[in-house]
Amino acid sequence: MIRWLIKYAAIFIVLVLIQVLILNQVQFSGFVNPYIYILFVMLLPLSTPRYGVLLSGFLIGLAIDIFSNSLGLHTAATVFVAYIRPYVLGAISGREDEMSDYPGLKQNKFTWFLYYTAIMVFMHHFVLFFLEIYTFSHFLTTLYRIVLSSLFSIFIIVLSQFLMFRE
Amino acid sequence: MKNYAFVLFLLLEGVALTLLFTYNSYQRSKYLNSSNRITGNIYEAYNSVVQYFHLTQINQNLAEENAELRTLLENQTGIVAADDSMFMSLEETDTLYRFTPARVINNSVNRSFNYFTLNKGREDGIESDQGVISGGGIVGVVTQVSESYAVGISVLNSRWSISAMVKKNGYYGSLIWRGENYRLAELTEIPLHVDISPGDSVVTSGYSSIFPEGIMIGTIQDFSRPSGENYYSIKVKLSTDFKNLSYVEVIENQDRPEIDKLENIITDDPMAN
Repeated sequence: MIRWLIKYAAIFIVLVLIQVLILNQVQFSGFVNPYIYILFVMLLPLSTPRYGVLLSGFLIGLAIDIFSNSLGLHTAATVFVAYIRPYVLGAISGREDEMSDYPGLKQNKFTWFLYYTAIMVFMHHFVLFFLEIYTFSHFLTTLYRIVLSSLFSIFIIVLSQFLMFRE
Repeated sequence: MKNYAFVLFLLLEGVALTLLFTYNSYQRSKYLNSSNRITGNIYEAYNSVVQYFHLTQINQNLAEENAELRTLLENQTGIVAADDSMFMSLEETDTLYRFTPARVINNSVNRSFNYFTLNKGREDGIESDQGVISGGGIVGVVTQVSESYAVGISVLNSRWSISAMVKKNGYYGSLIWRGENYRLAELTEIPLHVDISPGDSVVTSGYSSIFPEGIMIGTIQDFSRPSGENYYSIKVKLSTDFKNLSYVEVIENQDRPEIDKLENIITDDPMAN
């Protein structure tokens, strides 16, 4: 239990630092900003109680918000994906599949992890970008930003699974 | 309790949305922004490393700014030497501004509401509502201050508008950033009869006590006459490159308390408005 806590505390800190010190600073064309910190919510063990997943989402969202002066924005988007996580997992996992408790890339099929990442990232970015402008007036522009940023985020998350947080 | 997850979700989401929508840039929490000690220290440590990579650019900007200031200074003495008593008397009664240099340790350009963090705070005399400029032009205004850090709202923030003036004829309007391109903002409320052309300079109007008059904002890139309206829609190319901010100056208006006091008398007056 203690090992588990230390491990996730480390993942939390590393992800927040990567997000605010690297990804938020590298500004691709002023239009795209990848957000990969939701990997923290994605990587929680499948046996985590739902309140644990929701509170984790709330905490990491709040941490990102404090760093980016956007109080409530990332928190709201991350709590949302934390809530839908069990449904996403249920939708993409077949009944007969042997599931590992740790939903990483190495423990599961590549396509499974790719679907999981894609759905979670897109849902998160969708809520995030529309909450940020809270208007649907630039719907297509915003959708374009969501899709571009999602592609970057998915790429970085999948790539990071070969380097870090493998088990 | 089968639905506890849903209830907890609603609760946490409610907290988050309340924080988001009760947002008020001047009354936000003292600690939940990047001027607090932990985030300030992290950003400062990070910035002290990465700024080495930008030193060439920073040097070049500073040299250009020096050259501009020297030109201004030369012209200034020329005018004073002309012994224009009218000009002198205006000069003497002018507001006194104090400039404090600071370093930008965190900055963004690609959100709808962009902010920057400075490495100086209350102990260096920085207070909220002070203007921030760089060598290139206007940058933003300080909104939160802690002991040694400050957070400001940048021009690239659609929650803020600036009183701006077309330099050549003195007509003024509001400059608002619409959130798409970090180099372009929109100048509104310039009536259609005013003569403007692409390339004209847009500067601060001096009608707020935050900025002195005549600080560069940008140049007119393009304008149109929306049908059925009395005002131009003007695209202004911002002179500050927000992707490349390093050293800035914070402006303190020494007469500010007096101006505020005077203006409060008017707003307190039930007959006003």
